[in-house]
Amino acid sequence: MDILAVDPLPWARAQMALTLAVHIVLVPLGVSWAVMILIANYRAIKHADADAMRLAQRWSKVLAVTFAVGAVTGTMLTFEFGLLWPEFMNQWGDVFGIPFAIEGLFFFTEAIFIGIYLYGWKHLRPWPHFWSGVPIAVAGIGGSFAVVTANAWMNQPAGFTLDAAGKVIDVDPLGVIFNQATPYETTHMIVAAYLVGGFMVASVYAFAMLRGRKERYYRLGFIIPFTVAAIATPVQMIVGDFVARSVFKDQPVKFAAMELVDKTSTDVPETLGGFLDSDGNVRFGIPIPGLASLLSGGSTSTEIAGLDSVPPEDRPTLRQVNVVHLAWDVMIGLGTALLALVAWFAFVWWRRRALPRSRWFLRFGAISGVAAVLALEAGWVVTEVGRQPWIVYEIMRVEDAVTGNSGVWITFLGITALYTAMVVALVLVLRAMARGWRAAEAAGDADAHPHDTPYGPRSRRERDTESV
Amino acid sequence: MTLADVLAVVLLAGIVLYAVFAGADFGAGFWDLFAGGPKRGEKPRQVIEESIGPVWEANHVWLIFCLVVVWTAFPEVYASITLTLFVPLSLAAVGIVLRGAGFAFRKVVVTTRYRRIFGSAFALSSLIVPFFMGTIVGAIASGRIPAGGTTGDLWGSWLNPTSLVGGVLAIVVCAYLSAVFLVSDAHRLSDQRLVEYFRRRAIGAAIATGVIATGGIFILRNDNRFLIDRLLGQALPVVLASMVLGVVGLVLLVRGEATWARFVAVGAVGSIVAAWGVAQYPYILAETLKIEAAAAPASTLWAVLIVFFVAVIVLVPSIGLLYTLDQKNLLDVE
Repeated sequence: MDILAVDPLPWARAQMALTLAVHIVLVPLGVSWAVMILIANYRAIKHADADAMRLAQRWSKVLAVTFAVGAVTGTMLTFEFGLLWPEFMNQWGDVFGIPFAIEGLFFFTEAIFIGIYLYGWKHLRPWPHFWSGVPIAVAGIGGSFAVVTANAWMNQPAGFTLDAAGKVIDVDPLGVIFNQATPYETTHMIVAAYLVGGFMVASVYAFAMLRGRKERYYRLGFIIPFTVAAIATPVQMIVGDFVARSVFKDQPVKFAAMELVDKTSTDVPETLGGFLDSDGNVRFGIPIPGLASLLSGGSTSTEIAGLDSVPPEDRPTLRQVNVVHLAWDVMIGLGTALLALVAWFAFVWWRRRALPRSRWFLRFGAISGVAAVLALEAGWVVTEVGRQPWIVYEIMRVEDAVTGNSGVWITFLGITALYTAMVVALVLVLRAMARGWRAAEAAGDADAHPHDTPYGPRSRRERDTESV
Repeated sequence: MTLADVLAVVLLAGIVLYAVFAGADFGAGFWDLFAGGPKRGEKPRQVIEESIGPVWEANHVWLIFCLVVVWTAFPEVYASITLTLFVPLSLAAVGIVLRGAGFAFRKVVVTTRYRRIFGSAFALSSLIVPFFMGTIVGAIASGRIPAGGTTGDLWGSWLNPTSLVGGVLAIVVCAYLSAVFLVSDAHRLSDQRLVEYFRRRAIGAAIATGVIATGGIFILRNDNRFLIDRLLGQALPVVLASMVLGVVGLVLLVRGEATWARFVAVGAVGSIVAAWGVAQYPYILAETLKIEAAAAPASTLWAVLIVFFVAVIVLVPSIGLLYTLDQKNLLDVE
């Protein structure tokens, strides 16, 4: 068995990164799509809008699938906290777990009302059915807040007392929940959920319109989610600026990695692209003089702590620093591009109450979903890799948290295969659903999907139970 | 009763609820697997899909609840079981992903070929997950998990007589519960043939459960005195309650009284699980770690307890609404 005894640390990291990266794509859908569905549902009932009704119903059927996959991939993470990082859980479970207890409450609410709303189209009355969807939207926000609070705690640990041996002897639950990083990290992620979810759904309909499907149904399918994203994007710019300045204050080493600052200095340029070499020089970047100092402290004379402000073993490795900087640039770059796209949309809508006519708008719209997902992933890379080598910032190292089980490389390979198959299957299934709907429509066969007629005639027995 | 004991009771209640409600969903996968080819199995599979569709995700959350309570209120326990039971826990997690995705995908695809692929992923993993969960319970109950966050025997901890009894028992118990539930579901859909179909299976599973549980007593006697002595000692009333309910449930099934059989089956299964907890008391990991010693600081325990109370206030009516609507056939897509 000695051959199989491999250092678990890199494999544990890779497995956590992979499973988290997949789960985080499904999260925005669970959080924000419910809101878009409710917007369409509201319109449908209020204005007897058949297109909106069809959108709301179909979206809710797709959401049923992505929510299920999100629920089980989230469960995998719950297991992994222990399977991969048992020492972390052993020492900090009683602190770190508190936000998760609250998250559990929200997740439960979400799962219950998903069951009612998604399965209630046929037999529930319109307005009660609509209201049964509202708790999903509320729980989505509450759940994101709670989970991200736990991550914020890893960045800014607070709310506990240690004894001389380093064991937790007292916990202040409110101190844990409202740690220094909670306000900005949770806001950033909740807004991101709306931004990413909006662009993801809108991009599907932009793609359909590019393919020549011009009916109002597709336009509406684009406009509802794109409007949600259009509201979230400028808000995210303001929030993002606040997050960056907070990280500058709270986690100077992470900030140094983001901005490629090797030595503590003033008048630090904002470097676009480029990387840090082993001598601490920035190579191939485009520097904008003084901008990093200006943005973080309001003046070019603002001093920014460099990587050299802490000993080498307490900061990310050179490779990690470059990954963080690249991810940071990707997030900012894509965010800015999406803001430009939103501005285009907003301007044209303001002048003409219509979508931009240019095909380029639709082309960019069609890739906006992928761009938003990449920005989201990049943001998580910045916060997670930028925290290295710590799992609990400046208190516990990742290498001290990892499991001693040397077989993690096997579970990594198995889970990689499973997740690959699952993601491929998910994409194929969603495409098959869309194709099935189009085929039924092309055949003019309204009865092919009887459940496309919601709130249909109910039997006497059902009317008798309406008081429920 | 100390605060830590209260949290242990909350945890046990969560495990019982997970075993009963999610267990019935897992059992549905068992019957799905053995329902025969696409033609012969079409009807039963349809009932199964309709029966668990709206509720399985909510039922699944009890597992998350239990894991979170363990690691927050008893962090050392979570570290210890995840270290020693790395293999069955990993396999259970994989099974959970496979099962949820398989079920959700099968529901929305139409071609027989893909329905079969996703259906088998769902059905097979519905056996895998309870089996490994059962071995995990067996490992904990037979004192094979060392405390203190050290790794015990990676293989022997769950590949042993007690764990295997646990694993097999978990599968048949799920199948039993599910068949009983499905009798009522078929009844609601007024399909008399399917009522009979699931009733026969429920009776078979009830007898199998009784045989395996009784046989298990003898296997346990040779494997681990601690557990069996306590099951027949401090937990005896609960064990007897489970046996009586099991017999009553069987009689009700034979007489065709599906509605009552359901409540009795829930009681029988719930008390088997509860008996394990009572037998272990005051240990949280049998023989190696006591509840008191594993407990988090009081402030954390209070925080978890408060969240639990809020959960009861918010969730009980919500779950009640979900189940009521479901039972009145108001929740179905197709």
